Parts: sequence; C-alpha cells; structure tokens
Amino acid sequence: MTQAVSPQPSFWKKNQQKLAPWLFLAPGLLMFVIYVLVPIFESIWISFHDWDGLGAKVWIGLGNYAELLQDDAFYTSLKNNIIWLVLYLLSIPAGLAVALFLNQTVPGIRLYKSLFFFPFVLSQVVVGLMFTWFYAPDFGLFSKLIEEITGQQIAILADERFVTYGIIVAGLWPQTAYCMILYLTGLNNINPEQVEAARMDGAKGLKLLWYVILPQLAPATFIAMVVTVIGSLRSFDLVSIMTAGGPYGSSQVLSYFMYEQALSEYGFRMGYGAAIAVVLFLIMMIFITLFIVRMIAQERNA
Amino acid sequence: MTFIQGLQGLALSAAFISSAAFAGEITINSDHSDPVPKKAMEELIADFQKANPDIKVKWNNFDHEGYKSAIRNFLTADAPDVVAWYAGNRMEPFVKANLFADVTDVWTANGLDDQLKSASTSMTIDGKKWGVPYTYYQWGIYYRKDIFAQQGITPPKTWDELVAACAKLKAAGITPFTIGTKALWPTAGWFDYLDLRVNGYDFHMQLTSGKVPYTDPRVKAVFEKWGELVKPGYFVANHAAIDWQDAIPQLVQGKAAMYLMGNFAVATMKDGGLKEDQIGFLQFPQITAGLPVSEEAPTDTFHIPAGAKNKDDAKKFLAYVASPAAQSKMNATLGQLPVNNKADKPKDVFLEQGFEMLSKAQALAQFYDRDANAEMAKAGMEGFQEFMVKPDKVDAILARLDKVRQRVYK
Repeated sequence: MTQAVSPQPSFWKKNQQKLAPWLFLAPGLLMFVIYVLVPIFESIWISFHDWDGLGAKVWIGLGNYAELLQDDAFYTSLKNNIIWLVLYLLSIPAGLAVALFLNQTVPGIRLYKSLFFFPFVLSQVVVGLMFTWFYAPDFGLFSKLIEEITGQQIAILADERFVTYGIIVAGLWPQTAYCMILYLTGLNNINPEQVEAARMDGAKGLKLLWYVILPQLAPATFIAMVVTVIGSLRSFDLVSIMTAGGPYGSSQVLSYFMYEQALSEYGFRMGYGAAIAVVLFLIMMIFITLFIVRMIAQERNA
Repeated sequence: MTFIQGLQGLALSAAFISSAAFAGEITINSDHSDPVPKKAMEELIADFQKANPDIKVKWNNFDHEGYKSAIRNFLTADAPDVVAWYAGNRMEPFVKANLFADVTDVWTANGLDDQLKSASTSMTIDGKKWGVPYTYYQWGIYYRKDIFAQQGITPPKTWDELVAACAKLKAAGITPFTIGTKALWPTAGWFDYLDLRVNGYDFHMQLTSGKVPYTDPRVKAVFEKWGELVKPGYFVANHAAIDWQDAIPQLVQGKAAMYLMGNFAVATMKDGGLKEDQIGFLQFPQITAGLPVSEEAPTDTFHIPAGAKNKDDAKKFLAYVASPAAQSKMNATLGQLPVNNKADKPKDVFLEQGFEMLSKAQALAQFYDRDANAEMAKAGMEGFQEFMVKPDKVDAILARLDKVRQRVYK
C-alpha cells in the first residue's frame, strides 16, 4: 500500500553540472574581481573627485576631465603616446627580419639566437640606464659619435625635439628581441611541404615570403601586434628611468603623467590621476576590443 | 585538548600583544638610508637609550625616495611614535590633515624657543610647534680658488662683479657655472637665491605661499637677472641631461669654475679629486642694495604623529634630539650644521663659513620645493628648467606657472 517515495534529489545533485565550472573558476574570478574589476570602477569613481589621498573627497563631477582638456601636459603626453604607438610597431618588421636571418642551420646558431634574445631578458630599468649613458653628453658613445660626424654634441635626452625618439629607440631594442622570438617559434611551425610546393611552382625571394611564409606566420604577427601595442601604451619604466618626463615635461606619456599627478612626491592629486587613468583605459579598450573581436571571429571560423 | 591548546595560544598571543604595547617602547620611522646619515642615526639612538635605559627604541629605516610616499600610508594606517620629515610647507599637509601632534610643550619645557630660534618660524603653523629640527646646511656658490687666482678674479660681492667675473671666465674658455638640472631641483636653488636677493625674504614667502601671481613684474625682474647669465651661455650646455653629481666633473676638470649648491656637494667634489684649498665658498652676491640678507637652509626634522601610541616617551626623544649635546654629536657625524645655537661649532672650513653666514641671516628659506606647495614646486621647477634652456619663452612660462598657482592655491 505504501508507495516508495523516491527521495528528492538534493540541490547539489540537481545542479552539479552547472555549478562545478563556477566552483573551479571561483578562486580566479575572486582575484580578478578584487584586483582588476573593483579597482577599475573605484578609479572611475575617484576620477569624479578632488582628493589628495589623505583628506576628504570632494565631488567635482567632470571637473577633472574638463581640466584635462585645458592641460598642455595632457596633450604632450597624448601626442607622445601616439608617437610611441606608431614607432613601437617597427619592432614587428625588425623582429621578423632578425628571425628570418637567424632561421638557418649554421653551427652555433643557438648561441647567436640567444645573443639576439638577450636584451629582452634584461630588466627595462637596466636598458634605460644603458641608453642614458649611451646618450650622455661628454662621455656617452652616441654623443661622441655625433660629435665626430657633425662637430657638435647633441644631448638627446635634454632636447625636446629628440627626447621621445631617443627613449623609443631604447624601447625598440628589447621589443625587437621579443618579436623575434615570437617569429622564430612561428617559423618552426611552417609547413615545409607548402614551401616545397611553392618552390616547385617557381616562387622565391620576396614573393615566397609574402604569399607563402607570411600568411602562415599570421598567428605570430597577431600576438606580436597585441604585445607591442599594449607595451607601447604602458611605456612607463623607460620614461621614468631615462628622463622622468623631462626636459620640462616634453617626454611625458600618459602612464607617467598619471603616476606623477597621483603618486609622485609632487603630486598626490588622486582624482586627476584617476581621470588620466580612465582616459588611458579607454584608449586601451579600443585596441583590446579590436583584438577580442578578431579573436572571436577566428574562433567561429575554426 | 585542542580547545585547551587554543586557549593557551590565545593567552600567549594576548600576553605578546600587551608586551608590545608596553609603555617604554617607541617606534621611529625615518629615511636615513645613506651610509653617513644611517651612522648618525644609529649613534643617536644608542646614546638616547643609554640616557633613558627604560625606553626601548625600534627603528624602521626607509629608502629615501620610497619614504616620501610611504609616510602617507603609515601616518594614516599604523602610526609610529616618531617620524623624520622636513620643516616649512612640506609638513603643512600633514599638520592640516591632523596627522602630526602639537609639540609646543616640548619647546617651552626645554627652552627650545631660544635655543632653536633660527628654525622657529619654519616649525610654526597656526602659532603652534609641530616638530623639532635637528640639522640644516647652507647653500652658496662653491668656486675653484685656483682658477679664480689664475684668471685674476676676486670673489664677487655684488651682482655686477659676478657678471663681470663670468664674462672673464667665458672669454678664457671656462664655463662660469656648472649645473645639472635633470632632477629639476638644482634650478630652484638659483630661483630662490635670485628672488631672495632681488625682492627679499618676505616677498619670496608670499610668492611661495601663492599670494603673489607669477606674472607680477617683480617675478619678471628675477628672471631678467637670471637671463643675464643664461643668455650669454654662462651655464654648461646640456645641463638638462645630467644630474647634480654629473655636473661636478666639469668643476673638477676645470671646465667650469662655479657651482651654486648645498654644502653636501663638497664631499663629492673632494671624492672627485679636488683638494680643500682648491675649493672656495662664496655667499650669493647682493643684487638689490640695502635688502636684509636671507639665506637658504633646508632643515630636517622629527615629528610625533597624531596617532602615536607612546607620546610621552616620544616627547622625551624629541627633547633629546633638540639638546645641544645630541645635536653636536649628530652633526659632527653628518657633516652638517646643528640648529641648536648652544651646540658645538663645526670644525670643517666650509661649515664654519656657513655657520657664520646663517647666524647673520635675517631669515632662512627652506628651498623652493619645501616652501612652495608640492604641486606648485613641480610645475615651477619645470618652468625654471625650461627657462634655462629657452630664456626667450619667459612670458609663456610665467603665464603657465600662474595658471598652476591659481588652481593650487584656490
């Protein structure tokens, strides 16, 4: 008479399939929320205030952004950021050239490869210091050379016309090495049969490179592009080490400008610094969105 | 079992906490990270403990640059009992944010109003004292005595004599002044002295506290005097690319003859190979006749944070640091000047001249980046650097500085 009642499946049993992935994601997500997402919104919140980090926050709405639009230093930084962005991309063709050059079987090639990779292993601070001495007036190798050729010294890092380019050259050195490694691994994965077939069809030299090799290197180019663009936008350490934004602020970039306003000895304008950070974030978002859209499109095709 | 163990642990940690907060321990945070200041500080703490055996001193030594931002964190989060900082407007933000404690009683109880008189104004905000000064040093023009003798130049006392000396040196192929402006602050030494000599201390203080616009003709006059040295190329070229130390080889090699600097530069000059009798010290020449003479003397100080746990013992430490004996010993090690006028006079030639000069001064300026608000100082010094490269842009620079002033001091 009595019916055997099957026990109600527990909540966990019912939803195990759905819950498990979230549980595995939880530690990472938690960190991501605490250290990435929350600070982003906090920065945006702070950017609407006038705040020195110690006293009370004063709400000034868009005041910081309005001031930013009036600030010459902001435009200098923005302009320099664009120069950085464009010139830094040179490391991609340069890296490709070095990679192609090194992609041959010669005794001891591993040694040469590691020598070319060496600058990337160096800390950016060390690179900055080396180039500072390289450019230094009176005893620097570069200024000696310039003096030999032109008869007068040019202090690259003290001249507002050249300073940003001088720093970018220092930045290109390790970045080229990085792109080179990306391309070297890419070259390892080239399908030899395709190259063979192309050769049989009479392709060689630049044509072979352009129509057969480069398309196969597309993934490497994509990654190189991503790291270079992001690298150029966060170019902080070299500017800080080599010139500290000088002379008279002419080598500022947005990230350094932000640091100087919000965190350096003479700044502590948290709201203004946060507003600069938000602008930088928006610029980065343009590129990040482009990259993500492209990545999703590729995944769909695959 | 585990419960009892837990209890024991709790009791133990409670005992530990109470012992940590036991009266008789003070924590000092400071930035005496360079070898010499570190030694001076170690001696000071050892002597203080000898004199006060019941007080235990815990000292956290910070890196000099990192300290400037660290102090903001530890003053608000976990305040020590004593902190090292600077006099003048540099301490104002902390005083205004109620982070420093009023130590006027330490001054009155120990007769410091009289003994530390020269630094009294720079330690006072709203009529109260906010810390105790323990050392300062003079600024002035250090010159190569032997080069001056060679060129037949007598040390200039007035502006015209200085300009004439510069012209003579330049004609002989020697750059009159060396300077390295990469870190910006060396430019401020020039601005301060020119302003102190052209307009005087009171005007300088009004300017650095934001009460006078930078577009004022009196400020313009300062830059005109400065331009008399910049335009004929009396400063080394490419100074914006080098630091203050890198400017010294020019002096050592005899390529430049003078250097407006703080007294700390003498040690570097001697390290570079100059002998003591090759270096001369020169008070910055008079410009506006009849103006009371004031000097630049940046002062280092100790303060008690408002959140200090053991203020009584911290005050004992401050009183000790202010005493003539402690200041004599500490400054002998530091190679700087004691603020306490009862302390032993320094034995070093340059310090003696500095001591003499400062004791006659009408007032002491703290240096532009300590007297002016920090943001203003940064913009100002960038402007000074730009002026030293492009003197013709003076009007644009001053207009820009005034824009910053209006925002900062609103």
